Amino acid sequence: MSAGSARRILSNYNKDFCGGALLILIGLAVVYRGVAYNIGTMAEMGPGFFPAMLGVLLTLIGAVVALTGNAAALATKTKGSRLDFRGWGCITVGIIAFIAFGKYGGLIPATFAVVFISAMGDRNNTITRALLLSIGMLVLCLIVFWWGLHIQFPLFAWGE
Amino acid sequence: MIYQSLIDLWHGFGVALAPHNLLWSFVGVLIGNLIGVLPGMGALSAISMLLPLTYTMQPVPAILMLAGIFYGSQYGGAIGAILLNLPCHPPHAVTCLDGYPMTKQGRGGAALGITMIASFFAASVGIIVMIFASPLLVDVAFKFGPAEIFSIMLLGLVCGGTLSRGSALKGVAMTIVGLMLGSVGTDVNSGLARFTFGIPELQDKVELVALALGLFGVTEFLRSVNRLDAVGSGVKVRLRDMRPNNAELKSAFFPMIRGTAIGTLFGAMPGTGPTITTFLAYALERRISKTPDRFGKGAIEGVASPEAASHSKTQVDFIPTMTLGIPGDPVMALILGALLIQGIQPGPQLITEHADIFWGLVASFWIGNILLVILNVPLIGLWVKLLQIPYRYLYPAALFFICVGVYSTNNSLFEVGEVLAFGLAGAVFVSLEFPVAPILLGFVLGRIVEENFRRALLLSHGSLTIFVERPISACFLAISALLIVGILFWTVRRSRFITSRRKFSGPSA
Repeated sequence: MSAGSARRILSNYNKDFCGGALLILIGLAVVYRGVAYNIGTMAEMGPGFFPAMLGVLLTLIGAVVALTGNAAALATKTKGSRLDFRGWGCITVGIIAFIAFGKYGGLIPATFAVVFISAMGDRNNTITRALLLSIGMLVLCLIVFWWGLHIQFPLFAWGE
Repeated sequence: MIYQSLIDLWHGFGVALAPHNLLWSFVGVLIGNLIGVLPGMGALSAISMLLPLTYTMQPVPAILMLAGIFYGSQYGGAIGAILLNLPCHPPHAVTCLDGYPMTKQGRGGAALGITMIASFFAASVGIIVMIFASPLLVDVAFKFGPAEIFSIMLLGLVCGGTLSRGSALKGVAMTIVGLMLGSVGTDVNSGLARFTFGIPELQDKVELVALALGLFGVTEFLRSVNRLDAVGSGVKVRLRDMRPNNAELKSAFFPMIRGTAIGTLFGAMPGTGPTITTFLAYALERRISKTPDRFGKGAIEGVASPEAASHSKTQVDFIPTMTLGIPGDPVMALILGALLIQGIQPGPQLITEHADIFWGLVASFWIGNILLVILNVPLIGLWVKLLQIPYRYLYPAALFFICVGVYSTNNSLFEVGEVLAFGLAGAVFVSLEFPVAPILLGFVLGRIVEENFRRALLLSHGSLTIFVERPISACFLAISALLIVGILFWTVRRSRFITSRRKFSGPSA
């Protein structure tokens, strides 16, 4: 379930209802997979027993949260918690870039990418500031992790 | 027996104070502290990164240095937790709950001071217990069967799930989500890969560091980006601020003692990590407090008690790790691994066969903790400098530390992806007003709970009565049941007059 769609539903319905529904969804999914893993018996439990048990519990709790949440949550206003698309987007893309450049590029491009891209998520950061920050972090990274701690991460790399 | 322990300890001090060993201990504490303060780097990443360095060293200095890194980074982690709301070592998730609000109120210095006092006091008590009780506790720990371990874990989970701010039901739900995450990976009994969706990296469990940093680090950045100016703006922690005032000392004194007691008690039990202990200590303080509403908003009791519990637990935790070979948490498991690499087999014979290591380690704890206090008093100004950085510079830098820190734990980029996934999931949960801290507790205990549950029922041929037939187990179950009933009663009574004035609670719970 993506965060964006969750937020859109939130503006219409109340939080506890969504939260409960989410729990039921997770619970049922886990029960479904757990049953597939062989439940076994009480004395000889299969690998699916414990997860299925948790799934049933979570589904029940989810139902209670969704049903009892109504009255109390009506008063809850979603004050100041609107989704910040730029921030979320940049942080997410920044980490993905670290992974991608880490595999196809190496430590130096990966470090630069994660700092620069995520820094752009803040509206007060200009390109120059983000650039300076990422260069600073790059230097720090080289001194602390590459030179000091001998991190097992090639400076430049292409694949494995 | 005690007389013999004292003589051995005297020799231990001789070992730990030998200039060569003392130097490595100091280096360990310093590096550990430095790394621990860096946002996103905790004891786990610090030890795992520096572990290869010790391969070439002698066993005694190697273990002393690792232990130094451990408590150095643990204290450094407390600084990050209190000042930045970043728990890099899972037990600090609890410290964040009240430590960070204290920083927001400009009392971060006092929180750090209390942490230092509490940890030194608790560690000292833990060490004393370790000296006198080591031989005795080996016997008690042997009496714990799977049913007992399951019941005590259940008690821990109930406490952990219900302690968080907001609805107890939601806390329990998140604990269950954590337990589910714990079952991801290869099933020990059948060898079947569960919930891995064909991804080979997931067969070896979800990475704890990735989960912790995702849920607390990335989630917090997602919630705070463009909303916070500077985390530490206006916070000035100088030497003189680190001394808590008399009122604070007074209100922190008994929580500190209770925390130490809980930590010591749980340290002797194999398999209960420091996380469960800190959660319990916090839950206890909150429940017995006359003003439970202050918790989560900067109550000094909420910092002193879990920190004391964590440190005394850590000290006592070395007993099952060293004497039984059962590590209480991932950090202990790493230290166990280091011992094995050095060719030392932990077990009941360790105290007699490798007396220099065991008692040298005990002595070095004390020396290390003194070094820690000496180091942190002048260096605190430097740590605080980290806080003056505006948030728009801080979070990209911290994000980088998280990425590199998680990567370095297992040299795996996949785990960096896990951080992102857990960060996003955590942000969704937090925006639905679910507390995320119990997920971590459930996750850490998940495997042990399941294994012992299955083992106990295997022994009883499927009869659930085994949990009430065994007295120790029945006792823990009764406490859990009492707790649940009590909380239900309390919540129903409280919700009657609180529904009318329920307010939006802060981003992190």
